[in-house]
Amino acid sequence: MSADLVVVGAGVVGAASAYFASLAGLRVVVVERGALAGGTSSAGEGNLLVSDKEAGPELDLALYSQQVWREDLVEHAGLWEFEAKGGLVVAGSEHGLASLRALSVHQRRCGVEVRDVARAELHDYEPHLSRELAGGAFYPQDAQVQPMLVVAHLLRLARESGAEVRTRTEVVGFLRDGDRVKGVRTSGGDIPAGAVLNAAGTWAGGVADLAGVRVPVLPRRGFILVTQPMPARTIRHKVYAAEYVGDVASSDAALQTSPVVEGTGSGTILIGSSRERVGFDRTVSVTAISALAAKAITLFPMLREVRAMRTYLGFRPYCPDHLPVIGPDPRAPGLWHACGHEGAGIGLSAGTGKLIAQALAGVKPGLDLVPFAPDRFPDDEEALR
Amino acid sequence: MPYTHDVAVVGAGPAGLAAAVESAEAGLAVALIDGAGQPGGQYWRHYDESHARPGDHRGHHGWPAFTRLRDRLDALTAAGRIHYLPGHQVWLITRDDPGVFTLRVTRSFDGSAGRAAAEVIGGTGTGPNREVAARALILCPGGYDRQLPVPGWDLPGVMAAGGAQALLKGHRTLAGKRAVVAGTGPFLLPVATGLARAGASLAAVVEANGTLGWLRDPLGTVAVPGKGVEALQYAALMARHRIPYRRRTVIREILGENRVEAVRIARVDREGRRAGPDREIAADLVALGWGFTPSLELPLMLGVDTRKDTDGSLVVVVDDLQRSSVDGVYVAGEATGVGGAALAVAEGRLSALALSASLRRPATAAVAGRLQRAIRRGRRFAAAMHRAYPVPGAWTEWLSESTLVCRCEEVSYGDLLHACHDLGAEDPRTLKMLARPGMGWCQGRICGFASAEIASCLSRRETTPEDLRSLSTRSLAFPVTLGELAALTDDTGRPRLNPASEATTERG
Repeated sequence: MSADLVVVGAGVVGAASAYFASLAGLRVVVVERGALAGGTSSAGEGNLLVSDKEAGPELDLALYSQQVWREDLVEHAGLWEFEAKGGLVVAGSEHGLASLRALSVHQRRCGVEVRDVARAELHDYEPHLSRELAGGAFYPQDAQVQPMLVVAHLLRLARESGAEVRTRTEVVGFLRDGDRVKGVRTSGGDIPAGAVLNAAGTWAGGVADLAGVRVPVLPRRGFILVTQPMPARTIRHKVYAAEYVGDVASSDAALQTSPVVEGTGSGTILIGSSRERVGFDRTVSVTAISALAAKAITLFPMLREVRAMRTYLGFRPYCPDHLPVIGPDPRAPGLWHACGHEGAGIGLSAGTGKLIAQALAGVKPGLDLVPFAPDRFPDDEEALR
Repeated sequence: MPYTHDVAVVGAGPAGLAAAVESAEAGLAVALIDGAGQPGGQYWRHYDESHARPGDHRGHHGWPAFTRLRDRLDALTAAGRIHYLPGHQVWLITRDDPGVFTLRVTRSFDGSAGRAAAEVIGGTGTGPNREVAARALILCPGGYDRQLPVPGWDLPGVMAAGGAQALLKGHRTLAGKRAVVAGTGPFLLPVATGLARAGASLAAVVEANGTLGWLRDPLGTVAVPGKGVEALQYAALMARHRIPYRRRTVIREILGENRVEAVRIARVDREGRRAGPDREIAADLVALGWGFTPSLELPLMLGVDTRKDTDGSLVVVVDDLQRSSVDGVYVAGEATGVGGAALAVAEGRLSALALSASLRRPATAAVAGRLQRAIRRGRRFAAAMHRAYPVPGAWTEWLSESTLVCRCEEVSYGDLLHACHDLGAEDPRTLKMLARPGMGWCQGRICGFASAEIASCLSRRETTPEDLRSLSTRSLAFPVTLGELAALTDDTGRPRLNPASEATTERG
């Protein structure tokens, strides 16, 4: 059998791409070496954020994705617990607040909705918030989904449009005709295809290697603490400190933590965020989870007596310039990429999937893909530093 | 840096007590950490010793063995040779330096406070964090009742068999007047006779399997002759209290409005499929037990190799010196395979002897040899028991779509069917992510085995060790307050919010 498109990876980006490609009439086969949503898609908080992005191509993609989540996918929003909860960014000092205001000026120009929140208004948004904050900004477009349900339902909908999903099937090579990619070799046999989409997330560099092209995706580890279930609306929005924006954009290998706190539909509170480049090390870092707890308490002092039930970790697929890789690879015609979304993959998946489907179908994509070009990275290893 | 012990023993049940006492007497510097306030574990659970009564220990098996171990523990603790931390739980073990384990310890948390989460806001803290450092570990975490869901099992008045017994052993509390004890295995008998002795009327013991297997299994009785005597004693007690013993019978449904009023039972075939008409029995207490599940969070945290045991439980692989696959980590007791207290004591002792021998302390090879032979006999007996009392293969057929599987998160069997059939969950981890069984307070301790079996059954395969591992792994072995977590790297626990605090909180 042959396919129009083989999607490598059943994470959120692969699922969204498979969904939109199937909807566009392509015969899609998704291959996944493990189980669905088994990688970074199940290791995050499910954020669809615009607030943490500075003006630039990633913000453009985030805004485009917002539109896809809220229009193209609106009829399914209930399936994955879409919640337009809004994000509250808070600053601990006047200096931090001034930076936050400066950021929001640029964001507004790009189409982000921002409401300045004065110190005295903070508690109308979040009653349990610390009284020692200088002020904040509210981003009504920020939303949350349950990412594993997104993956499962998008793949279910794709199957209903004729797609096939093969789990426990690992890609071990590519079918080639000269430079051209003509399909994949898998642990379960060959699948000839018109196009192959590398949506392998943090492991996408390895898949690209099999095709002889280089896509520099590296793991950036993060921990999340999960608390005991709390009464509904204990924490109403996604709440984070202004320093988070700086940490997200940084490339430092050492541990960085900035507090991100939010409730979930099941009552638990999720506490992030940490960033460090330590390869695929899965051991629990006491330093990291301790810092997460300490910083969450600075935002919400009442969390001091709340119990953490568990912690989990994941590996953000990160590229040196912090932009994803989206589009056809001119070095291996037939090979496409949709990977390297770092910590924003859940939010950016919807837009990415739709753009990929448009480009595959030969339609002009709704957003310029040039900033995300797979061959944009310099070949010289040193230049990446 | 805390003082570094030669060995930290976790758990003061039969295995841990024996390991700690034996290690200290061999000259090692020992830390013994146990969640309970007094030693003995689940098996030798007993009343608060400050309120003891004569005759309290009737029906407590091996009580003299316990008191001898406890007296040695008391003497060694008084002499400063065992650093005994009762009432503390280990929530994280890390290996920060090569050759040294750091155990993060917090005061025990019984879980009851957690159910009223609202009370926690503005509540009180639970004591200081402690660190215990040791060059070797003997992990003896024990186990707990294995539970299978059945319609109505979430009604008040339904308990785990071990829970009903614990109330009797620890608090002299009888949980009901007319009891049914159901499930499988010989452990149902002491629970039933214990309840009868405390004054309950026993409506029935409902045993899913065919016979009193350990009496008839030649391998079992030959391997451990004492066990045959024990069985005869229980049989006599069952007769004296006129307790009906129904073989090849299961509870199909527990009935009641606001609490248990009756059970509906039926005869079943070997696989657990219904083979006779339903019958109702009135009861206000139902005690359910399907064997035991070892507590593996601490061994798994350290990355030890595991395997699936004869009874379907995930257990730690150990060699003939109780060594796990991780250097410096010994494991003894139920965590290496459910087998009872006598076996656990032998394993605890052997692990201590093996560790002290590895540190070139004098040890008697003859004692080690004797223990190894006793352990082999005990294992053979345990395996015979596991084969005689399996969880019936068709147990998921007793469920209806509305039966709760995960009580913490209120996940029904129907929710799991949807996640498997419609959403593509093929393994327990994916099932957990999509439908949330095991994500609540108990972190899958109660529903983990059942969820794994359901996932396998629906994808038509056997549970694998990987399946079980994903449900037995807990990143934090016990819930711990964020304040305690924060205090690990910042003495004040109150870092400031601005970026200048980065240096403070990351000092670690």
